[in-house]
Amino acid sequence: MSLILSSAPHVRSKANTQRLMLNVIIALLPSLAAGIYYFGWRAALVVGVSVASAVAAEFIWQKLSRQKVRVYDLSAVVTGLLLGLIVPPSAPWWMMIIGSFFAIMVVKQLFGGIGDNFLNPALAARALLLASWPALMTSGYNIGKFADATSSATPLLAGASYMDLLLGNVTGAIGETCKIAILLGFIWLLVTRTIRFEIPAAILGTAALLGWALGYDPLTTVLSGGLLFGAVFMATDYVTTPMRWEARALYAVGVGIIVVLIRKFGSYPEGVTYAILLMNIAGPLFDRIPMHRIYGYTKAKKEGK
Amino acid sequence: MSEKKPNVGKVFLNGIITENPTFRLVLGTCPTLAVTTSAINGLGMGAAATFVLLGSNIVISALRKIIPDKVRIPAFIVVICMFVTIIQLVMQAYLPSLYESLGIFLPLIVVNCIILGRAEAFASKNPVIASAFDGLGMGIGFTLALTLIGCIRELLGNGSVFGINLLGAGYQPMLLMILPAGGFLVFGLLLGIINALTNRKKGDAK
Repeated sequence: MSLILSSAPHVRSKANTQRLMLNVIIALLPSLAAGIYYFGWRAALVVGVSVASAVAAEFIWQKLSRQKVRVYDLSAVVTGLLLGLIVPPSAPWWMMIIGSFFAIMVVKQLFGGIGDNFLNPALAARALLLASWPALMTSGYNIGKFADATSSATPLLAGASYMDLLLGNVTGAIGETCKIAILLGFIWLLVTRTIRFEIPAAILGTAALLGWALGYDPLTTVLSGGLLFGAVFMATDYVTTPMRWEARALYAVGVGIIVVLIRKFGSYPEGVTYAILLMNIAGPLFDRIPMHRIYGYTKAKKEGK
Repeated sequence: MSEKKPNVGKVFLNGIITENPTFRLVLGTCPTLAVTTSAINGLGMGAAATFVLLGSNIVISALRKIIPDKVRIPAFIVVICMFVTIIQLVMQAYLPSLYESLGIFLPLIVVNCIILGRAEAFASKNPVIASAFDGLGMGIGFTLALTLIGCIRELLGNGSVFGINLLGAGYQPMLLMILPAGGFLVFGLLLGIINALTNRKKGDAK
């Protein structure tokens, strides 16, 4: 028997960036499969271009800035995959390239690369695409199984049954329609302990409650649009969520409130993107709110008592 | 205050390159972001600011020994206002469409910090000729920067430069670029690129 002498840390885990990212990729596969099933090969092409250009952008940037090329940590693949899943299935290829390059180069690498981005890269890229080409980003759902469907102005709250919403038999972005696929991915992430359930649960709970208060059906509120996808895959991003649990709670409740407020009062049909981006920005501030009483500290007694 | 004679050529180039008001001093960012939705707007705004800078620098420099130190800022502002009013009336008379598109940002040249900054930092301490060249250099530097930003935003956001379509009818304009967010993006990226280039140049010199 040989004794090993080593300095701390003694407890090691096999978790590393690559493994975590691989878990997220596996969790996204059901959504991708559902998207291809419903929207056809065009959806696969959109996601493929998105992933390939995200990886290319990461590679080119790290080569140009003479950094160590770390494409193998798979984080660029996740960004590309997420972006590909939150655009309409008939998004043009050049738009995906612009989106991926923006996500990787501007949102992620310019702010210091992995771990230092202050916004979720895929969501920021979606916001860029939505502001730049609103017509292309809010139409083009009528392909694949929906080729004959009438074009509806918004895929939100359009009176679809719970079953249709769960199965994904509604129009929407590639990855956000099939809720069962998203839930499968969510379970995988929970089982592998990649994410914790608090943030998605708090977001969905807040949205359901506020939706109910404002006259929506709570279950439809949760199951429609991109809320579930955003809550599971976007709002749980390690880098852009606050550190402390109180701050996380504020963050999650904030996302839920803003989503419902945008749906109810905003001029956009869906507000998950902006809700999460806004809370990404507010997150570091929440972390700074003093919420614990410091040990040994007593409140100064008021004068005159 | 001792008045040594500054090198006129150096003062002129200073405003265009080494102390470019937009990219090096980062002054006057409000009009920079707001009006550069097209190249012609950028050029118009730059030209107007150049005229005001040149005029106010000359007058303030000529009056620098008369203006009491305590009320110099109001005095500067009055002089600047005069030139802004002139350019506003001239533009309204001869370039009504540009006048319309610059809108509120034309009278706001009064509070443009480049102009007050040059009056305070240069014209109030230097002779008339040098001040004139400082104003001209700074103005041209500002104009070049605004026109560059305007060109990029118009090209991406509208497919054209100075109203001439360059990218063809098949181009899908990137609307974001002519929205305010696009102004911040282009300005930030250009600032970054110019900083990187200057740093590299400094590194080479060492």
